[in-house]
Amino acid sequence: MLDGTPKKIIERHSGGVINPAKTCQPIGAMYAALGLHGCLPHSHGSQGCCSYHRMHLTRHFRDPIMASSSSFTEGASVFGGGANLKTSIKNVFTIYNPDIMAVHTTCLSETIGDDLNSIVQSAEIPEGKIVLYANTPSYVGSHITGFSNMTKGIINQLAESTLEEPKEQVTILPGFVNPGDMREIKRIVKKMDIDYVMLPDTSGVVDSPMTGEFVMYPKGGTTVEEIKDSGNSQITLALGSFASADPANALDKKCGVPAKVLHTPIGIKATDSLLMALSKSFVREIPYDLEEERGQLVDIMTDTHFHFHGKKVAIFGDPDIVISLTEFVLSLGMKPVHVLTGTPGKSFENEINKMLTEAGIEGNVKAAGDLFTLHQWIKNLPVDLLIGNTYGKYIARAEDIPFVRIGFPILDRSVHSYLPVVGYKGAIRIIEMISNALLDRADRDAKDEDFELVM
Amino acid sequence: MAINSKKLDEILDLYPSKVKRNRKNHIVVRDTTTVQEIEANTRTVPGIITNRGCAFAGCKGVVLGPLKDMIHIVHGPIGCGYYAWATRRNKAQSDDPKNNYISYCFSTDMQESDIVFGGEKKLAKVIDEVVEIFHPKAITISATCPVGLIGDDLNAVAKAAEAKHLIKILSFNCEGYKGVSQSAGHHIANNGLVEHVIGSGDMEEASGKYPINLLGEYNIGGDGWEIARVLKDIGYDIISVMTGDGSYEELKNAHVSDLNLVQCHRSINYIAEMLETKYGTPWLKVNFIGVQSTIESLRNMALYFGDQDLINKTEEVIAREIAVVESVIDQYRMICQGKTAFCFVGGSRGHHYQGLFAELGIETILAGYEFAHRDDYEGRDVLPHIKTDADSKNIPDLKVTQDEQRFRLKLSPERAEELKEKIPLSQYKGLIQDMKDGTIMVDDLNHFETEEFIKILKPDIFASGVKDKYVIQKMGIPSKQLHSYDYSGPYAGFRGAMKFAEDVANSFISPTWNFITPPWKNEPLLEGKIEEGK
Repeated sequence: MLDGTPKKIIERHSGGVINPAKTCQPIGAMYAALGLHGCLPHSHGSQGCCSYHRMHLTRHFRDPIMASSSSFTEGASVFGGGANLKTSIKNVFTIYNPDIMAVHTTCLSETIGDDLNSIVQSAEIPEGKIVLYANTPSYVGSHITGFSNMTKGIINQLAESTLEEPKEQVTILPGFVNPGDMREIKRIVKKMDIDYVMLPDTSGVVDSPMTGEFVMYPKGGTTVEEIKDSGNSQITLALGSFASADPANALDKKCGVPAKVLHTPIGIKATDSLLMALSKSFVREIPYDLEEERGQLVDIMTDTHFHFHGKKVAIFGDPDIVISLTEFVLSLGMKPVHVLTGTPGKSFENEINKMLTEAGIEGNVKAAGDLFTLHQWIKNLPVDLLIGNTYGKYIARAEDIPFVRIGFPILDRSVHSYLPVVGYKGAIRIIEMISNALLDRADRDAKDEDFELVM
Repeated sequence: MAINSKKLDEILDLYPSKVKRNRKNHIVVRDTTTVQEIEANTRTVPGIITNRGCAFAGCKGVVLGPLKDMIHIVHGPIGCGYYAWATRRNKAQSDDPKNNYISYCFSTDMQESDIVFGGEKKLAKVIDEVVEIFHPKAITISATCPVGLIGDDLNAVAKAAEAKHLIKILSFNCEGYKGVSQSAGHHIANNGLVEHVIGSGDMEEASGKYPINLLGEYNIGGDGWEIARVLKDIGYDIISVMTGDGSYEELKNAHVSDLNLVQCHRSINYIAEMLETKYGTPWLKVNFIGVQSTIESLRNMALYFGDQDLINKTEEVIAREIAVVESVIDQYRMICQGKTAFCFVGGSRGHHYQGLFAELGIETILAGYEFAHRDDYEGRDVLPHIKTDADSKNIPDLKVTQDEQRFRLKLSPERAEELKEKIPLSQYKGLIQDMKDGTIMVDDLNHFETEEFIKILKPDIFASGVKDKYVIQKMGIPSKQLHSYDYSGPYAGFRGAMKFAEDVANSFISPTWNFITPPWKNEPLLEGKIEEGK
């Protein structure tokens, strides 16, 4: 497995990538648009992108992922895709009748410079229907950037500040996380007895139930009314700076809703911060239920710490998730010695390095890195555990490392998108995943005489 | 439950008029009493929710990607390389695993500055690095959408790098917007392989008997290995496979074979034709999907070589395999008998699997392709009547001529004519010939039509791809992925037929379908007795 990857590290300066730890913007925009109720995402480019993005999301969620495409031909690529988009808008509303079409772009329409705003302005849009748009050039950032750009686009085009005084309500931008995570965040906010708007919200869309009927626009998704109302909130909590800070700032700029940027609430510290922020902003006591969950988590952490303590970990994936995961494994007494994201951004390296320095750990940290680099690091400094998305399985196999799947995409296991990794509940689940991986390995490797009943 | 033209019109009336005019030419209700035409390989209707992909996917993803000992560099932003990374199940193994790059993804990861200032220098540097780290024998470079627009000259970069590193470096201008589908990419890849790889090897003669190439077989889920198992048992010398588990080294000597087998006509017929012109190697349409088709293909091959030993050995192997397969298929047929299927797959399986379904007692009532051309639907006889439209006219047609040293007439013209009466030599009859009256043929089936046809025809199983799978299953209908085989396989050859039968039967009898309706939906909320007379 991956036999061509040498241990000896040759510095690469070309900017090329071998085995990426990111993908391109539009898939993030498509995912964000699926988090709107009654919305059909639309890819303004040649149709290959749209098919690839639908396929990839489908494989991660094992649920229908609907989206349309402008289906550029060579002619449109040279002379502009305005006609393709206008035709698409007409066809989509006539044939598929969504409430909203959310258009994103690809490297093709961005390179030729199609002006979405003017195309949409001059398109025939049926009464009461909405066409949103966001520019998502694939040659900038990553899928996380695309998620952020679409969320920002939604806010810029729909959010309104209509009240003199803000409502006692929080706008939550959950970031690029699973519907199971969005459900858990909503549960926590409800437990705090605080009104909220979550944007986007893919729960009930990409984890829809089997009923014997295909519903093109499932029950879930943030409604237009809710999005508009997000401008009336007292505060925005942006969970994960890479995915959510820009849209939160856009909401501040447009509607004057102050933004607070927090870590994605993975692990105990980040979840504590979320609860503290909610509690402080709305002067609410944290209910016993949540305190009990936290206590259970700490109980489990204490009960199991000897399984983890001092174990070396490599973590890769999307920056917001990886930052929080790194913080959490440090809380467990583990040593994150290789931490990498494919998404560019110095702040990732700064944040991780700060955490490692505080913990007295020397490690390799890289933004805009790739899995070839991660693999070489591991060859030079082996680890006891690898945490990341499905693509990590090749490294885990090549180096025989216990492997925990967290992040996007997970294409080779099911159920993951239904269950949270956020909140205290999610942290408990992560501990179970980590300890199962480590203890399964201990069992596998134990001699007969060392094989334990109780561990 | 059949669809007549009136019913079809009712469906199409829900389209805007322009779309209706377009789509109605892509849908044919089979009438065996007349010669029917279908429109295919035309541009996709914007916003229609097609299943199609792009030329890059057809070139890099389908044809080039499986070549295991070449490093395939994608020149573009990260997405294209990323999505084509390990998502098609073209299996490969090597004696030298260091030379097998099938689990890797190489991309120039173009950034904004590359779009503005051009990406040629970056591409050249990436090639340098890849050569320094991996020492590959050959490299391909595939273009993506923006590359053509900004004018990067891939060919020039490839040439310079080839001179610098003294290994083969091929470039493919398979920008995603070229043509109207994956099909353009097949053609572009075929041209490159014929021009730069096939025939570049030193072999003049094959060392074994009955040398053949297997064309248009991508070893999805191990299909190619199962086919090769049987062919080797019979005694064939497989020179190369294009391109599943294929290699640059083998491909170089593909010119020495005496016969080219064509499994996927759409993706590889260009190479088949060009090799016939250049080296005099005839091609035979085969189909190794389904027991009867496999047997027929093996017999046709034996007939081609006309050697009695080979014919005897062929029958011996067929008898041996049948002895195992028949009882297994019989057992699953009891579950499947009388059911109906939709079969909508890329450019060849929409046809090939119908025979296998029939062997299980399942009738295919709707079939079609995403991106096939009229010849795949109507047979190659229509080729002279196909007009290339504006969207595809820029796909280069490579013209080859007889190779003066290596051209050999493998068959006398008389013998060729005689064989053509009996076997599909340089011929493909197309999908329509196997479709019965009243069944439906749809080109570039979209989401709307999928839903409408399912509502009316209520198939028991829908063979399609991953984008459709969960849509169909939500309706309570089993969906079989015939691109990825739902991560199962092989489905080709004798053993493949057994595996397919098992998978399909299991999809019908899974207990999970019984739980869709909650028990409280079928029972009254309050229980009680109505007393008569009150």
